[in-house]
Amino acid sequence: MNAGFDVVVVGAGPGGMAAATVAAEAGCRVCVLDDNPAPGGQIWRGFRPETALKYPNGREFIQWAERFKRSGCAVELGWQAIDRPAPGVLRLERGGELHDVGFKKLILATGARERFLQFPGWTLPGVMGAGGLQALVKTGLDARGKRVVLAGSGPLLLAVGAALASAGARVLGIYEQAPLRRLVGFGFSLLGQPGKMIEGLRYRLKTRRVPYRAGCWVVKAEGRGRVERVTLTDGRTEWSVDCDWLGCGFHLVPNLELPRLLGCRIDEGYVAVDRLLQSSVAGVACAGELTGIGGLEKALVEGQIAGWAAAGREAEASRLAPQRGRMQRFVERLDQVFALRPELRTLAKADTLVCRCEDVAHSALVGCKSWREAKLHTRCGMGACQGRVCGAATEFLFGWENTGARPPIFPAAVSTMAAEAEMQSRVGG
Amino acid sequence: MSEVCRITVNGKEVRVPLGTSVAAAMMMAGEPCRLSASGEPRGPLCGMGICMECRATVNGVAHQRTCQMTCADDMEVVTE
Repeated sequence: MNAGFDVVVVGAGPGGMAAATVAAEAGCRVCVLDDNPAPGGQIWRGFRPETALKYPNGREFIQWAERFKRSGCAVELGWQAIDRPAPGVLRLERGGELHDVGFKKLILATGARERFLQFPGWTLPGVMGAGGLQALVKTGLDARGKRVVLAGSGPLLLAVGAALASAGARVLGIYEQAPLRRLVGFGFSLLGQPGKMIEGLRYRLKTRRVPYRAGCWVVKAEGRGRVERVTLTDGRTEWSVDCDWLGCGFHLVPNLELPRLLGCRIDEGYVAVDRLLQSSVAGVACAGELTGIGGLEKALVEGQIAGWAAAGREAEASRLAPQRGRMQRFVERLDQVFALRPELRTLAKADTLVCRCEDVAHSALVGCKSWREAKLHTRCGMGACQGRVCGAATEFLFGWENTGARPPIFPAAVSTMAAEAEMQSRVGG
Repeated sequence: MSEVCRITVNGKEVRVPLGTSVAAAMMMAGEPCRLSASGEPRGPLCGMGICMECRATVNGVAHQRTCQMTCADDMEVVTE
């Protein structure tokens, strides 16, 4: 990896690929970093140009993968950005190895993760995120004949349901916590392409006879050593379903660790950006889910805007900016429609683990007043995932604000930390 | 080039299609990835390298996020 680039892009999902491609085509020296073993992010995980056409969004993948490759940007995979030791420098870690990379402009396209909420049995093997389950199937998990229940919230459930049914799973039902009246009122199709895709998924599920029920949620999962049965409710009655897997995620939350570390202003859960996607920190732009959960089309447009802007081509960036307006409205509508119902706060019982890294039960947290206090007193959020799973949940459960981000923002081996201390002293000296 | 890859999971031999992630292979072998602080078996959760629940020992190296790793012939994977 070269020491200095005009533009460094963090995240090689659609937003990052579009940003890197456009900036490199405009003549910048560009490097794209990603933690994953291949570019594509979550939505294009496991896609290959030869076979992509059989998947939804495959056509876009083929176009962008081709342009991305031709653009000549450097692609560095398997790396985690863990710190910014000095202005214009990002510190990376891979398998205990550290590397510093210099940049003039930085584009963050770190995407989103599922929001997980706690219910009895949520730590059993076989209980996964809905997107998590899909990711595993994309990387070879054999879904044929598996009885799958999907629950939680958001359009992702529909996409996962369709994908799993195509992969041969028996999708027993999709249970969306949002009430039906809100979904009906949404009028997805009025919102252009992203909405049409959701309508398309609903139609495809109907033709496959996969039941989709709104206003229902998981109460508990049970089984010996792995999930065997899931209990659901519509708020009036409860019923149980035998299954092999439960995929459960409650819409998405952006991966804000890196923008927080860099000091970017966060507003209502997303990085605050101007019309050319510049954050409050000079030279740092954001694209895709970081600025609002809006999916593929938004990520591609925003990646291009950020890429042009990083290359100093403001006219081209401005030309695309109006397209963002409609997408921002889509983001707001999604957040409203899939807002979490208060009943979900009561699913975790006293002995239900909230922090699954450190095995901290709900009862240990009820006396805490803040995320910080919980961390200090119970080790909640102090384990291997550093609060990536329980942070968003405790925000919802207890109203704690989780704002801090201290380096390293990803777990690094102790030996790496020693090396980092040494590097820091060199930078300092 | 063989289309199948052979690995061992807790000593059990598992054959998986090329390109399969280690996490998927562990699930198909019916083995947990790790045991939690209180001894619960755990498997993959997020599938995208964030939750750390799928970490296991791969070829003697501890704490590997198996959902971000692709199986290779003769890989030895052990629950941790």
